[in-house]
Amino acid sequence: MGNKLKTWLSVGALGGLAFCALVSNASAQSAQPDDPWPELARTFFQDRPIVSDPAIVSLEAPGRAEDAALVPMTLSVELPPGGARRVVRLSLIIDENPVPLVAVFKLGEKAGVTSISTRVRVNSYTNVHLVAELDDGSLHMTTRYVKAAGGCSAPMVKSPDEADATLGQMKFRRLPDGVDGRREALVMLRHPNNSGMQMDQISHLYTPARYIDRLAVYQGDDLVFSMEGGISISEDPNFRFSYAPNGAKTFRVEASDSNGVHFSGAWPADRDGA
Amino acid sequence: MDGLRFVAAIAGSIASAALLTVTGPVELARADEAFAVEIAPGIYGHAGSIAMMDAANEGDIANLGFVVGEKGVAVIDTGGSVAVGKRLLAAIRSVTKKPILFVINTHVHPDHIFGNAAFEGTGAQFVGHRNLPRALESHGAFYLKAFRNIIGDELMKDVRLVGPTLLVQDVSKVDLGGREIELRAWPPAHTDCDLTVYDPATRTLFAGDTVFLRHIPIIDGSVKGWLANIGALADIPAVRVVPGHGPLVAPWPAALAEERGYFERLIGDVRAAIAKGDSLAQAADEAGQSEKDKWRLFGDYNARNATAAFAEYEWDQP
Repeated sequence: MGNKLKTWLSVGALGGLAFCALVSNASAQSAQPDDPWPELARTFFQDRPIVSDPAIVSLEAPGRAEDAALVPMTLSVELPPGGARRVVRLSLIIDENPVPLVAVFKLGEKAGVTSISTRVRVNSYTNVHLVAELDDGSLHMTTRYVKAAGGCSAPMVKSPDEADATLGQMKFRRLPDGVDGRREALVMLRHPNNSGMQMDQISHLYTPARYIDRLAVYQGDDLVFSMEGGISISEDPNFRFSYAPNGAKTFRVEASDSNGVHFSGAWPADRDGA
Repeated sequence: MDGLRFVAAIAGSIASAALLTVTGPVELARADEAFAVEIAPGIYGHAGSIAMMDAANEGDIANLGFVVGEKGVAVIDTGGSVAVGKRLLAAIRSVTKKPILFVINTHVHPDHIFGNAAFEGTGAQFVGHRNLPRALESHGAFYLKAFRNIIGDELMKDVRLVGPTLLVQDVSKVDLGGREIELRAWPPAHTDCDLTVYDPATRTLFAGDTVFLRHIPIIDGSVKGWLANIGALADIPAVRVVPGHGPLVAPWPAALAEERGYFERLIGDVRAAIAKGDSLAQAADEAGQSEKDKWRLFGDYNARNATAAFAEYEWDQP
């Protein structure tokens, strides 16, 4: 993950804007002496101001997770209609996780993505930050507090044999339109997304980390969104998203994991497929 | 039970624990005789509270039991603290002086195994499902840590994870002297290390947490697997069952009807939610709700069960 951090940092530096807005580290829980957020903000966003902005960016997460290894979260953005700005990137950070940067979603320029839902691992009681970067370089964030424990070390649901047998299977589903009338679809990929902190059932050693590091969804040739992710994404990565149809006949998914293995799938844009 | 659910049960318990220490000795003396009752010739059981573990109940929330043969005794589960395990041991001693031959753990959850240390030094062999050792390795440290907050340091300080030395691969018979009991290891259901104990002499089945009554079933393994096991469970020719939670004794196989109904309803709702395109979070809120009034602790566990079921079924949808 170290190399990827550097990449994000250098890209972020391009946005450096003298934005004299409120800089707020407001979180659902007031900052404790050991609050990791200030350091995390510096690491991922250097000293760029981050505005707490629930009008633009919102994060849905359970206050108390039912299953720490499978915590559903919905990342949403809403910009005033008719405006010139758009959301370029969404960064999800689980402050207390061993690897706090869960994923960075890059949104396709014309894709009209206003929400992405996925499942994550939460390792201990924690603030969760969602930071949206707009095309003017400004950063806007929101926070939720989630109670959960042990998500990163929870054993795989599948046996290693099952995981091998199903690795790379993908599903695509068109879903009923969302609350705002937007088109929604779902992409699912079978992959253990091993965190490196899970004990192997047979050897009693730790299963090495093996996770989807990149996944991208296309409508025809247009990017809908891409994700750079790590071990905090749950087993069998699952992404539900809204988008604006562009008339393309095909949806395509390209993904790769930290072992360098590639996965891909393509489906007709209007029908479910596996 | 999910570790998180235990963590969620914190409820001003430290104060209660202090009170208990003061009145402890008197309570223990009274508890010996009433702790276990004979439910069939040579078969004894103890009913735990239908509750979450806390300092006040000392983790005494699971049904426990013991079987007395001519040579010795088999114990089935030891409770949610060493305090409870010691009371069980005292209850056994008030019934028989025969040696404890086996301590059988029906699965890995703390309310069934935290009392094991009370039986160290009795010479008993500890017995469990072939998957119990790895379940203890992957979850044990987490349980020990999480429960310090829930039942308090005073109760936790004596708890040790005592694992099985005898493993049941599939079916094993164990002779207590003129009395052979049958131990059966199940494919994943409540957990991935579920064991049942059957006494053919009295046709009594100790089901462990493969059977829940009154207390909502808890899926910490596989709901598909659990539903699949129910047929084979029903075929066991018992006339009575000691479920893991709920009334101490119930008729068999009638006792399966409630949880079978719950699983069928939960799975039906989850599959409908998946087909409709509902999200995991939505299904966790809505699935199984029609069962709400039938089960205690429904609010504590149903959403967790729905989440587990959703993850199991979402890849089935074409």
